[in-house]
Amino acid sequence: MALFRAVLLLGLCYVILLPLLNRASTSLMSIEDLYDRSVRWIPRNPTLQNLKLAWEHMEYPRAFFNTFSLSLVTSVLQVAICTMVAYGLARCKFPGSNIVFGLAIFTLIVPPQLIMTPIFLNFRFFSPLGLLGDKPLNLIGSYWPFVLLSLTGNGFRNGLYIFIMRQFFLGMPRELEEAAYIDGAGVFTTFVRVMLPGSAPGLLVTFLFSFVWQWNDYLYVTMFMSGRQFLPQALETVGSKASLAMGRANPVAAASGYTRAQFDSLINNSGMILTILPLIILYIFVQRYFIEGVERTGIVG
Amino acid sequence: MRRNKRLNLTFKQQQQLGGFLFSLPFLIGFVFFFVNPMIQAIRMSLSELTLTSNTFELEFTGLRNFRQALFVHPTFVRIFTEVFVELVTTVPLIIGFSLFVAMLLNQEFKGRTLARVLFFLPVIMGAGVVMKMEINDFANIVRQDHINQAARFGSATFRFILDNSFLPAQLIDFVVDVAESLPKVIRASGVQILIFLAGLQSIPRSVYEAANVEGATAWEGFWLITFPMLTPLILTNAIYTIIDSFIRMDNELVLLIRDTMFGGDGYGVGMAMAMIYFAAIAVVLAVVYAVLSKRISYQA
Repeated sequence: MALFRAVLLLGLCYVILLPLLNRASTSLMSIEDLYDRSVRWIPRNPTLQNLKLAWEHMEYPRAFFNTFSLSLVTSVLQVAICTMVAYGLARCKFPGSNIVFGLAIFTLIVPPQLIMTPIFLNFRFFSPLGLLGDKPLNLIGSYWPFVLLSLTGNGFRNGLYIFIMRQFFLGMPRELEEAAYIDGAGVFTTFVRVMLPGSAPGLLVTFLFSFVWQWNDYLYVTMFMSGRQFLPQALETVGSKASLAMGRANPVAAASGYTRAQFDSLINNSGMILTILPLIILYIFVQRYFIEGVERTGIVG
Repeated sequence: MRRNKRLNLTFKQQQQLGGFLFSLPFLIGFVFFFVNPMIQAIRMSLSELTLTSNTFELEFTGLRNFRQALFVHPTFVRIFTEVFVELVTTVPLIIGFSLFVAMLLNQEFKGRTLARVLFFLPVIMGAGVVMKMEINDFANIVRQDHINQAARFGSATFRFILDNSFLPAQLIDFVVDVAESLPKVIRASGVQILIFLAGLQSIPRSVYEAANVEGATAWEGFWLITFPMLTPLILTNAIYTIIDSFIRMDNELVLLIRDTMFGGDGYGVGMAMAMIYFAAIAVVLAVVYAVLSKRISYQA
């Protein structure tokens, strides 16, 4: 029985790790290795050339910085706001709190593509309540769309975070709050001093989800920030950029050697690794808290 | 003289006010960034959109966009049905699979934490662009070729073996399809596995022990204890999986909608498609919810 389980798990893990290993090994291959039929994982002529090219043409430092800061800003904001909203919904039962919660879930159900265009237009000609009349602001290309969305708890999948934190708060013992009130704390103070520290696992889980999804986000970033360099977008175009550069620098090699497809493959795979690696590193450090955190959020209720 | 700065509200009312204020950001955002766009989306799907330098103009064209999408557009209906059929077949697979894995991971064994970490990894790696690129990747294609020829074991061989047995062709097709979509299912199950795992861990051991004393087998234990207690989570996972499916980049319909909006037939038609899609999703969700919530046994 134990053997069966071990085999099964190993098989499944292999399937999961396969793409990652594929990409890692391809990024280290040279052109000859691609063609070489005897090469499966370990290249005969390993080279760092692909990684270097991908780095250059993705403008990695800048893209990384952009992606990182955007993800950080949005996740912090989203976690803060969603937690606040969740607390209000979970603990302070005001009339209509259930309706608001339903609305939050509803935002999850609607496909973002549906409201994508209107939101884009909203931000392109930004004039809340018609205040700016004839000269609306163009917020596209700045961080503002993201900030505004996160500040109002309407960012990507925020309904989910509200849900998670609400479940968490519902599971916390009332005695804590009551003790705080008896000691004279108002609602806000209770929230900050008492509830927050105890909800660290939930906060962490939400933060991680938010950060990862924002990092990998392609929809919103291309929509709002098409000019700038972000990792997922850079990834998309790196193949063509690199071949273009190669072609210019070295026409002979470009013409004679390999076709576009192979070259793209090498570069793309390296790019993928570069894009995903930071997340994986983050994940390795944080995974312990993460898994425990999910179990303790009481989603299960 | 000390002025009383607090309003004269009862404690309960204070709390309620606080709660309301706390949810205010969301409500504001909801109106501006959700309701408003929704209304606009509906309007857009009923009109034709043109961008001028300062603003945009909508020209009302009624149901023309919808008719265009459904009857004129060459691929919409086909892709739509494909996506939904895929949805209907993949969701149960994902739920079943994640339940199975969660049960595996719930048992004590060495390397358990490592396994858990590993299974959640696809969620971290799941960048949309990455998935898109992987499909056309040359190296992958070469490798696929490798596997099918060099190794004796691949899906082609699998099919071959099944073909030569006396199972009906349809069943073979079905089984092979399932086997081939397995990697996809595995990678889409990360979050669901975690949820099930959390659920499993909330079932106290004493229940199982009591059943054991009464003479229940492991099989009965599963169906009479574990499964009923997990039904709320099955619903949660079903809904989550469906919602997740339209964020993923390998969702053809989403790509089509996007292409139509920015290239093809224009915003109006794209919006109409998106509306149809959304309506269909809503129906599916409603059906799933209705069917499953009847069967949920809530614990006292």
